[in-house]
Amino acid sequence: MTTFPLMAVLLPFVAAFAGLLLSRRPHRPPPASSGARAADRQAGTRAAWIAIIPTAVSAALAAWLAWDRGFAFLNNTGSGAPTGHTYGTIITGGIPISLTLQADNLSALLGVLVTLVALAVQVYSVGYLADDPRYPSYSAFISLFTSAMLLVVYAGDLLVLYVGWEIMGLCSYLLIGHWWEDRGNSRAAVKAFLVTRLGDVGFLFGIFVLGSAAGSFRVADVLAKVPEMSQATLVTATLLLLAGVAGKSAQVPLHTWLPDAMAGPTPISALIHAATMVAAGIFIVARLFPAFLAAPPTMDVLAVLAAVGMLGAALAALAQDDLKRVLAYSTVSQLAYMAGGLAAGSDTAAIFHLVTHGAFKALLFLCAGVVIHHVGSNLMTRMGGLRRELPITFTTMTIGLAALMGIPPASGFFSKDAVIAAMDDAVTAGTLTDAAALLLYGCALATVAVTGAYATRAWLRTFFGRARAVPVPLPEPPPGTAHVVDVTEAPRTMLVPVVLLAVPALLLGLAGGLHMEVGVAAVGVVLALLGAGAVYAFWRMDPLADPARLLGPLRAPCEQAFYVDRGYAALFVRPVLALARLVVRTDDTVVDGAVRGSGRTVRGLAGVLRLAQNGNVQLYVSGLLAGVLLIAVGAVVFT
Amino acid sequence: MTGTGWLPVALPVALLAVPLLGALGLVVLPHVLRPVLRAYGLVLSGVTLALAALLVATFDYERPASPQFELDVPWIPGLGLRLHLGIDGISLPLVALTALLTFLCFGYLSWGRARAGEFLRARPRALVFTLLVLEVGMIGTFLALDLLLFFVFFEIVLVPMYFLIGIWGGEGRRAASIKFILYTLLGSVVMLLGLLLIWAQTGTFDIEALAAAHGSGMARSVQILAFVAIGIGLAVKTPMWPLHTWLPDAHTEAPTTGSVLLAGVLLKMGTYGFARIAIPVLPEGALAVAPWLGALAVVGIVYGSLACLAQRDLKRMIAYSSVGHMGFVLLGFATLTPTGINGALFANVAHGLITGLLFFLAGAIKDRYHTADMTALGGGLLATLPRLGSVLTFAAVASLGLPGLAGFWGEMLALLGAFRPADGLPRGLFLTYMVIGGLGAVLTAAYFLVMLSRVTHGRPPPLPAEAEAEAVAEPRVVESLAARPVATLAHRDVRPYELLAWTPLVALILLFGLWPGLLLSLTTPAVHTLLGALP
Repeated sequence: MTTFPLMAVLLPFVAAFAGLLLSRRPHRPPPASSGARAADRQAGTRAAWIAIIPTAVSAALAAWLAWDRGFAFLNNTGSGAPTGHTYGTIITGGIPISLTLQADNLSALLGVLVTLVALAVQVYSVGYLADDPRYPSYSAFISLFTSAMLLVVYAGDLLVLYVGWEIMGLCSYLLIGHWWEDRGNSRAAVKAFLVTRLGDVGFLFGIFVLGSAAGSFRVADVLAKVPEMSQATLVTATLLLLAGVAGKSAQVPLHTWLPDAMAGPTPISALIHAATMVAAGIFIVARLFPAFLAAPPTMDVLAVLAAVGMLGAALAALAQDDLKRVLAYSTVSQLAYMAGGLAAGSDTAAIFHLVTHGAFKALLFLCAGVVIHHVGSNLMTRMGGLRRELPITFTTMTIGLAALMGIPPASGFFSKDAVIAAMDDAVTAGTLTDAAALLLYGCALATVAVTGAYATRAWLRTFFGRARAVPVPLPEPPPGTAHVVDVTEAPRTMLVPVVLLAVPALLLGLAGGLHMEVGVAAVGVVLALLGAGAVYAFWRMDPLADPARLLGPLRAPCEQAFYVDRGYAALFVRPVLALARLVVRTDDTVVDGAVRGSGRTVRGLAGVLRLAQNGNVQLYVSGLLAGVLLIAVGAVVFT
Repeated sequence: MTGTGWLPVALPVALLAVPLLGALGLVVLPHVLRPVLRAYGLVLSGVTLALAALLVATFDYERPASPQFELDVPWIPGLGLRLHLGIDGISLPLVALTALLTFLCFGYLSWGRARAGEFLRARPRALVFTLLVLEVGMIGTFLALDLLLFFVFFEIVLVPMYFLIGIWGGEGRRAASIKFILYTLLGSVVMLLGLLLIWAQTGTFDIEALAAAHGSGMARSVQILAFVAIGIGLAVKTPMWPLHTWLPDAHTEAPTTGSVLLAGVLLKMGTYGFARIAIPVLPEGALAVAPWLGALAVVGIVYGSLACLAQRDLKRMIAYSSVGHMGFVLLGFATLTPTGINGALFANVAHGLITGLLFFLAGAIKDRYHTADMTALGGGLLATLPRLGSVLTFAAVASLGLPGLAGFWGEMLALLGAFRPADGLPRGLFLTYMVIGGLGAVLTAAYFLVMLSRVTHGRPPPLPAEAEAEAVAEPRVVESLAARPVATLAHRDVRPYELLAWTPLVALILLFGLWPGLLLSLTTPAVHTLLGALP
């Protein structure tokens, strides 16, 4: 059993390579002109098996690892020594890197989340990308993504963790850019990689600070040394780590990549938003929570960022027309909840919300995928009245949205309640400064209402009212949209994961133990219903118009996500590009110009010297004599 | 002399003798060898590679810090020049890398062009001769344990590379080759002065003895002077900003094999000199100059990355990326810590593999499209040539320093070294370098991703033949028929010989990325030894 974490990581890793290299082997030449498509399909089938079986085995291993521990992390019961093994160390000349893979209560819980969502996404993708010739590489990248996230979850050494952390960035780049024919998708992929990488540099430096202060990169050693570290070290380290967290978990100010990441296929959004990538940031804070707790200034920063992020993103979600962008901003907002829970001093509440959010957000994205698949567009103006055509999707998506709003008994109700209760406690006690705690608590309550509003808006505009779908010209959809199938409900490979995910989205809340605070819970539900009611009232007035108009003059800034992207483009992107052009010009004219100039000077000097070489023998002899004289004088003088 | 039997002595000699005798053979027996020219170079470099593999296999990994396979005989007693060869953990990976890359270059030349019927179009005999002499110089540089011998080999390399660029290069090859040789010769002269200064002070050229003495017998000012002189010579070769301007031109104009060897091995000779001579022999000089070296290194990182970002030519971009990557290597050396120097040596080898692969790929693209200009290529490479596009993506991702691939560990360790530089170095300054270097890593990712986005993503432009046919108002049937086969031939995906040349590089990039301990366990003891005198 100690090798289970290693095997869980390695299986999808090997599957990724196998899927890339072996899907099209043995390479049979297509028999006829129509054979290319058949070969694609055969490769796709093979790739699907190569992808699904290892993920399933990994899920079984992760479940086994988590079996005894159960939800021990959430209930704070039993410390439980980690299960795992150290597979040697890499000497670096300084602090060594130890290759440790292990599962403790936290890792075991998240391992199950990661593998199950990944499995659901893999199965779903078989149907979603049935006709895509590039399905083999796509499924291989998902396998690699899963493996990298599991490496982050199970790593016992910070630098090993960093390896998985960065590989996820690459996978997100490859998958968001899956439909790279469209330049827009390509740009979104580049943006996702670069923004997260910017945060990752800070993260790496944070690891350096912690590691060199503790004399080891092992998580256990670092945490053991936290009490001995100086306040300054801890604040520096955690703030630097926070940069990476903000990048990966799409927190303000590095959140801008996530909404654009919608350019990828919908299952990828489910994977990125629920189980991998964005979960990593919250996870790492929980992993190193003692270090963060010992650095109150960092917690204040985290609280403020979370407060700004959750409300801003929720408002942005309310104004979006693209269904996936609604969900994307909702993810930013929900992740800010978790960050807020962490800042409030409760890692268990944050991880609880992470787990339930993983279940219901994966469900929501997969449902959205079914809807988009059906309609052939991401835009909600093109949807409407779909509850009759897609009854199963309607039911499951309703469960997902209820969980998002925090309506009992869906899972989100319990976890959100736990987070808000933690924030409530932080106002009176805890390490946060009063202002930060109050801001956090106020924003969280406001966000509950806005969440209710945008979830209701999405629900009404997608499934109710009159059908607005315009038939999309089959059979060649433009790249960037899923292939449209002419059936009422989606294929079974897509529906089965959706239905299976609906179960935890509905019931997972009961797992965390039913210790809720009635007062906070009641306030939360009332606020969510208020938001929902307001949207419903606006929708009733005119079902064809967008209820987002209730935002009034705020609507345009919300739709543009408060112009953050434009600001960054003006502040960073364009200056860097201008600087780059300047460097090229400088390199050519100044640096190389100096070289060429010296070359010309030498040639000029040579021209002067050449005057001496005029063939006049007398001149030569005089020169020679002068030289001898000089040498003789020199010899006399200097010896 | 260590070990028993003939093998320890014979191996380093054979490594030099095989390519050297092979080159001489071409001069002595030109007519006999002409029909088998293609196999000739391949076999000789193959034998050299086998010898290098034998070296790797018989190397005593228990004590990588001390030179093994030593040979020490007087050569020119009048000059005090000794034929002193040996290998330790620092030089072993570089010797193996050199032998491998040379072999892959020969494989690329011999198999590839043979099919297309244009093997070594111009002066094939001279090309094989040039490459073999080049190999002698490169391997010799890494084997030499005598200052003068090191210098001799260091210089030998210049001449064949000059001809390689000047004869088989692109449009502006003349200017590029002249710039290359003048620039590097000038640097070498300064380096020679530094070497002579060491000799004048200590009376010996023996690197082993000098390194063991750790600079005793030389005053601090002398050490600084010698370090600066040697450093300039090495920095030109590395290249270090602002002495880099020969590199983009040389790379752009050089043929594929020239670019591969230039980036893969020649640049390494400069950085190797720091690890072999400058730092161990002149520790006090190193300590004094290190902050300056670090400053120039990080300027190089950012400057190179920014230059790449605005570059339109693929080969030129990869050349500038070398400036950035070598900046990380120099930063690692400048920290004077075991971690930093380990990182520098690792990044050195990784850069050789990755940039070698990148230049192979750039060459393959140029072969097919007859241009390396990114706007002219037009994008969509993943659609037209999916495998080539995939390998290019892999190489670019490796080069931007993704963990799990070879490019990451060296740069990470260099930054970690800068986080805690050697005692006696200003820590605050090096922390600044670390931050700038980290931002440089983001810029590195930026230009590689922008390049990938431009070249591999997007819709492919119409084939040249089709575009021509569309452009001509009255398309003449004969012309379009004649043009079409050329176009389809030009747009063929990865060919078997290319796959053969690239696969070892891809495999090694993965291997060192996933198991960095392989290299680090080799270099760490040696690094500790060479830093022995530093506080």
